[in-house]
Amino acid sequence: MKNKLLLLFLFAFFIFCFFIFYKSVNTDSSYKPNENLEKKINNFIAEDFFSGDKIESQELFKNNKFYIVNIWAAWCRPCREEHPKLMELSKNQNVQLIGINYRDNKKKAKQFIEDYGNPFSLILYDKKGTVAIELGAYGIPETFIINKDKKIVKKYLGALTDQNLKEIYSTLK
Amino acid sequence: MKKLICYLLIFFLSNNSLSYSIENERNSKNEISKNIRCLICQGQSIYDSQSDFAISMKIVIEKKIIEGLTEDEIYDYLKNQYGQWILYDPELNKKTFILWILPILLFLLGGAIIVKKILIKKI
Amino acid sequence: MLISQIGYYSLVLGLIFSILIIPVSIKNLNNDIKFDSRIFSISFLQFIFVLISFLSLIFSFIYSDFSNETVYNNSHTSKPLFYKISGTWGNHEGSLLLWLLVLTLFIFLFLIQSKNQPKKYKILTLLFQQIIIIGFFLFVIKTSNPFNYLFPIPAEGLGLNPILQDPALAIHPPILYLGYVGSSIIFSSSLAAILANYINQSWAKSIKFWILVSWIFLTFGIMLGSIWAYYELGWGGFWFWDPVENISLMPWLSLTALLHCILVLEKKFSLGSWTIILSISTFILSMSGTFLVRSGILNSVHTFANDPERGLFILFFLFSLIFLSLIIFFGFYKEKQIPNQKFFLFSKETSIVVNNWFIMYFLSVILIGTVYPIFLDILSNDKISVGPPFYNKLILPFLILFLFFMTIGPSLNWIRSDFKKIKNKLLIYFIFSFLICLLIFYNISSLNLISSILLLSAAYLFYFTIMDFFKNKFTNISQSISHLGFSLLVISILLNSIFSNEVSMNLKLGEKFKFQNGVILFESLKKRQGSNYESLIGTFRIKDNKNKITILNPEIRIYDQPETITSEADIKTTLYSDKFIVMNLVSKDEYFNVRYQIKSFMIWIWISGILIAIGGMSTFLRRSYEK
Repeated sequence: MKNKLLLLFLFAFFIFCFFIFYKSVNTDSSYKPNENLEKKINNFIAEDFFSGDKIESQELFKNNKFYIVNIWAAWCRPCREEHPKLMELSKNQNVQLIGINYRDNKKKAKQFIEDYGNPFSLILYDKKGTVAIELGAYGIPETFIINKDKKIVKKYLGALTDQNLKEIYSTLK
Repeated sequence: MKKLICYLLIFFLSNNSLSYSIENERNSKNEISKNIRCLICQGQSIYDSQSDFAISMKIVIEKKIIEGLTEDEIYDYLKNQYGQWILYDPELNKKTFILWILPILLFLLGGAIIVKKILIKKI
Repeated sequence: MLISQIGYYSLVLGLIFSILIIPVSIKNLNNDIKFDSRIFSISFLQFIFVLISFLSLIFSFIYSDFSNETVYNNSHTSKPLFYKISGTWGNHEGSLLLWLLVLTLFIFLFLIQSKNQPKKYKILTLLFQQIIIIGFFLFVIKTSNPFNYLFPIPAEGLGLNPILQDPALAIHPPILYLGYVGSSIIFSSSLAAILANYINQSWAKSIKFWILVSWIFLTFGIMLGSIWAYYELGWGGFWFWDPVENISLMPWLSLTALLHCILVLEKKFSLGSWTIILSISTFILSMSGTFLVRSGILNSVHTFANDPERGLFILFFLFSLIFLSLIIFFGFYKEKQIPNQKFFLFSKETSIVVNNWFIMYFLSVILIGTVYPIFLDILSNDKISVGPPFYNKLILPFLILFLFFMTIGPSLNWIRSDFKKIKNKLLIYFIFSFLICLLIFYNISSLNLISSILLLSAAYLFYFTIMDFFKNKFTNISQSISHLGFSLLVISILLNSIFSNEVSMNLKLGEKFKFQNGVILFESLKKRQGSNYESLIGTFRIKDNKNKITILNPEIRIYDQPETITSEADIKTTLYSDKFIVMNLVSKDEYFNVRYQIKSFMIWIWISGILIAIGGMSTFLRRSYEK
């Protein structure tokens, strides 16, 4: 009798394990960060790209607008591909774009802006990549949407797609 | 046998190079880095990784240490940014409670089975 | 191209024979013929065809036959010959052929080795093994065919990841698989023994051979993996509690427990059911490991490319085996009622039971740590990481007790001992601990309590193993060597982690860096053309505080097929320490990031591992000596 109970328990246990693994095989194991939480922006100090002045993070988001923070670099090919979308976004009156130039060569970055246009109201120079980390970024390209309450409401990993763009426009309304 | 102990004592005491400077190399930054997962790598700590993310992260950690944050405060900071996933030490909370307790429970269970089935206590 | 055809159809023939052998064996079970020699021949043929298939794949790699998809994905004409060959098993499909090779080889060898065993037992073992073999044949042919045809035939292959082009890693899979897959025989044989009612001392004696073989190869295999990680991965570590490392360690732990357990079964005919459970679990752990690595569930540097179809196949296969084992064990196992089943407190049997208890604990820690994140993710969509801090915290304290029991255990008699025997040892332990703990604690301030007690326990075991050896001479020499190896392993790892140090800096050519233990000068930088890469070799002159000079030459290799940059560490090894240096390009600058480590007693870690394996191997020497 005790044996039967044990057998039943083991059967149930392994069936449970089976279902867990079955589900797990069919899900993607790569990490998708929780992109939708409202998060406060940490305090940090960054360097202005053109003037070299130090800027505090609180200064950045003073206006009553939406902000889009985009991490880019001249050496990053997907950034080049998403750039036209950024140019389009910059025309929207409700939002200001802030660029973070990530681990880049200043000359090449300047050339990039000259060639393809500058959608950013402000660019920060992040030579060591630390500003990106302080924002909670994973890599490049990455785009953050910051609402009027100064909270990060959405994070896009990788180059912006048309779908992403649609979402952004609906958020900006 | 007593001789062996003596030899051991002499060995430990006389070997100067054994007193390598541990303080310097017990570098907080290294210790913390070993505990942080490189999020864009496949299963490496930022200490081991040479990726952009890892290098930038190490600089940020160094900055935080200079700013005076303790090890735990740095971990909390990173946890807030990136989630529990970034730390290799699963802290004891509601979600990881089973993780920590289960092995111990199994150990005790094993002990109970052994005592019941196998032993006659006779000394 | 013809080679691929040969390879593929050999596989198919192998499958046919593996199925054919079943009715023949079943017939033999039921009739009076002693043992049908046809079974023998068919199992040999089965092995030969797998071998032909395997050799065909090797030849395809050697001749860079890119009409074969596997060769195309994993090789390149410029690869050195040695790595072309080892590339055969460095990929998913080829490694599965290796699985089949070991499975079929071992069952054939088993039939030879167990000539004098009862017929029913032999045939049942064969049948269970065939279930596994057929499963793998189907898996390979259906989802992981190594002989897929590519048209048009590419001119060049995609190449093999350069960090896999290393001698240790080249032989690591075959050795590991001989251990890992070899445990299949133990599995099949246990299920067979249940059905044939053969769980007794003679079964224990015969299966002990296979347990030892599997265990020895697994020990070497794991060591090779660690050695490769240390020399190749460039971070100076050798064990990271990476899921794939854990997966190889778990069957090893199970086998170690089983090895001790089988001694009890052989001598005293008890612990039969537990032995069976361990035998089944070892192979189940191996299969689970294969599943976890190839299904894409785990996040690790070692995983193969993932594919859900393959994952699901192994999942179904694995759980079929689990449920089969459960049914057979609970349905057919009759516990023999023997008087005097219980053990006395101070006896060798009890110490082996304690050994198993602790090893199972370590196994459960590793298993839970590896698998828990998966469960948590599915059940609550939360991701956590389980890394070294978890394992260290749960394992180290128990390791202390384990070492202590390891010291006392061997001196106990079978059945029963007096407390007097171990009273001496206990007394000495306490004197030892007091003196040495004081000494270590005051001399080396950063050594924490657990580490010092652990170091003490390992030293204690080390000391007493040597003492016992001198007392008992050559009886139980394998045990002495392996236990000695284990204590040495713990000691070396501890000393290594305490005394090693490192320093990291960014240097330009010609610059010096002063640190606590000396000065590093970045002396020169040379370019060199290797067989399939271009390399930058840096020369570093390191002067330590005693003015001793070491010259190290780390390399940065730039491969073009596939485009990868790797750093090759330069390591100077002495008995006392390894001097380890690695350099990396700092992106887009003329600076190089240089990491210099002094790793104390590193080589003793490898020596200990080899000692442990040698202990196992010496059992065979002793046997043939006794004959």
